Amino acid sequence: MTDSFTINVDGRDIQATKGQTILEAAEAAGIYIPRLCHHPELKPHGSCRICTVIANGRSCTSCTQPAEPDMEVQNNHPQVEMWRKQLIEMLFVEGNHFCPFCEKSGGCELQALGYRHGLTATQHPHLFPRREIDATHPDIMVDHNRCVLCGRCVRASRDVDGKRVFQFVERGPEKRVAVNSDAKLSRTDVDLTDKAVGVCPVGAILPKRQGYVAPVGAREFDHTPIGTSVEGGNGSLEV
Amino acid sequence: MSIPVETSARKITIEPVTRVEGHGKVTILLDDDGKVQQARLHIVEFRGFERFIQGRPFWEVPVIVQRLCGICPVSHHLAAAKAMDIIVGVDELSPTADKMRRLMHYGQMFQSHALHFFHLCSPDLLFGFGSDPKQRNVLGVAAAHPDLAVQGVNMRRFGQEIILATAGKKIHGTGAIPGGVNKNLTIEERDKFLAEIPQMKEWALSAVAIAKNYTVENLSTVADFGTFPSNYMSLVRDDGAMDLYHGKLRAIDHNGDKLIDGAPYSGYLDHIAEEVRNWSYMKFPFMKNMGTEDGWYRVGPLARMNVVDFIDTPLAEVARQEFVALGAGAPVHVTMGYHWARMIELLHSLEEMERLLNDPDLQGDELVRTGERRSEAVGVIEAPRGTLIHHYEVDDNDMVTMANLIVSTTHNNEGMNRSVAKVANDYLSGVEITEGLLNHIEVAIRAYDPCLSCATHAMGRMPLEVELVGADGKQLDRKVKD
Repeated sequence: MTDSFTINVDGRDIQATKGQTILEAAEAAGIYIPRLCHHPELKPHGSCRICTVIANGRSCTSCTQPAEPDMEVQNNHPQVEMWRKQLIEMLFVEGNHFCPFCEKSGGCELQALGYRHGLTATQHPHLFPRREIDATHPDIMVDHNRCVLCGRCVRASRDVDGKRVFQFVERGPEKRVAVNSDAKLSRTDVDLTDKAVGVCPVGAILPKRQGYVAPVGAREFDHTPIGTSVEGGNGSLEV
Repeated sequence: MSIPVETSARKITIEPVTRVEGHGKVTILLDDDGKVQQARLHIVEFRGFERFIQGRPFWEVPVIVQRLCGICPVSHHLAAAKAMDIIVGVDELSPTADKMRRLMHYGQMFQSHALHFFHLCSPDLLFGFGSDPKQRNVLGVAAAHPDLAVQGVNMRRFGQEIILATAGKKIHGTGAIPGGVNKNLTIEERDKFLAEIPQMKEWALSAVAIAKNYTVENLSTVADFGTFPSNYMSLVRDDGAMDLYHGKLRAIDHNGDKLIDGAPYSGYLDHIAEEVRNWSYMKFPFMKNMGTEDGWYRVGPLARMNVVDFIDTPLAEVARQEFVALGAGAPVHVTMGYHWARMIELLHSLEEMERLLNDPDLQGDELVRTGERRSEAVGVIEAPRGTLIHHYEVDDNDMVTMANLIVSTTHNNEGMNRSVAKVANDYLSGVEITEGLLNHIEVAIRAYDPCLSCATHAMGRMPLEVELVGADGKQLDRKVKD
């Protein structure tokens, strides 16, 4: 099999195939590489940088970097861990993330990453940006306070739904997700069943009137940390 | 020719008031002869919840507003949820949802009342109002009466575990959602609680006895302590029974004659208005038809004992009858009677929990109902400290546009100020002020179990600071108790 080869992740040899990214190969072998903007049904984006690993001595985003024969990858590594923790923290302070009352709490990937990486407090000052809520659509609302600019909705709407409801606008600190170039959501043909609505990793795009229906204890990350489904077992979450 | 006269007039400040929930201060102005001229309880916190939930989706509200308080968040959670039931067009919850919420509420009533009686006020009752402050605290209680301290902790635990089972978390859960609840009670959870009921009942009866005996044995002191005739208000069930979760508004005057009866709480604004005074962040509610001078009233355990016709659980009803006998046909105005009344409600809550836990509806599957969306709603509940009013308006996009919250302690604002003034006049006028005497003021405030901010708590030390300030505003002396 010329398409199959070996890479080494944290000292463990695993099989990879041509065309697989590092993240995909690791996942197939039961190794979880933390990620936020990556979604298995969407094209890799490489923007959140949380899946950064050291491959053959250089840092790269594992969701976009193809696996290569004999590649040496550091995933569970102090330097990598520090980068990830800082990235997660910056996402927290950059937006308005109030986990105590957020309906996505317990099922939020950003919150779950914070727990997994032991982020108990932020060192950077919170920016408390002034952001809007678009609640004009009868069934869907967008709370920009919680958006982490992962672009999942942008890719899902464009590539899966074929609608281009969501796009990035502006640059740098002003960058944000907009709806049909700054229209309101009610002026679009977005639908509750759209992929773009279901892939948000945080509480930014939400179906209306569904909050808190899952009781505490029955939410996705209430008992096991994010990544458990990849790693197998029933890892415990120590909070 | 006039010469400046050095005055000995002074102002005493108690800040913060201790062993209450939240932050407040008391100022007492004394004249040249040391006579009390004015005594006020000031609420010095500002929270802003009514403003910052505007623009948030309505289903978030029950979860956000409970963050007002860490002691009885369930009250705010349920009052808001009751309002949001109406917003989603549900006038009657499923039996399972109604009973799960009631169980949550009685669990909270039980733990909150236990917390106040055993942890906050018992040092005053056990050791005396003016006793050594080194002992007059919860650690002193634990040392001198370890059995009581353990009972208090365990009763609070029981109530908190009921909340955990119904709301998902002991503090700030998510159990009540618009139109119902998000979980029912498992058989395992039920059986675990039922096994503890006998012990809890024994302790609850014992707590009623302690509060009753204290009141009866010290009646010569407590009957007049911070006491005055007043109006009272609470929700009552249609048949006049105590119902802490739902009912209609009833208010009585100081003779027990009904001022309001059978009034749906959605029309609370027809009956109640709020006055603002420039020295406190807490408003002063009053009954509109009586005006600010005579229309103020008290709420909470004492008010409920006076307002209801009966309690629908046997042990608590026996206790209530003993309590109201104190009034000899008229309402009981004894401010320190709040403690006894509170323990009767603790017992009632336990009896209600036992009744509910034996009800198979708690294992039902119909959790949520839906209906036709509405734009305005009022939710009212009898919280541990009294009547709690939540009023919201929601726009077509599901966003909250208006919120008005009248919390229990706010209703008692005038009553607490009068108790402070009365105790100051009776105990502090013309005598040398000591820490023990100043604690008398706090004892009067604690009777109401106020949640002054409803409730932000200072972390760490809560010192009592007393300032003596000359009439010219210059500080003459200052003492701080750690």
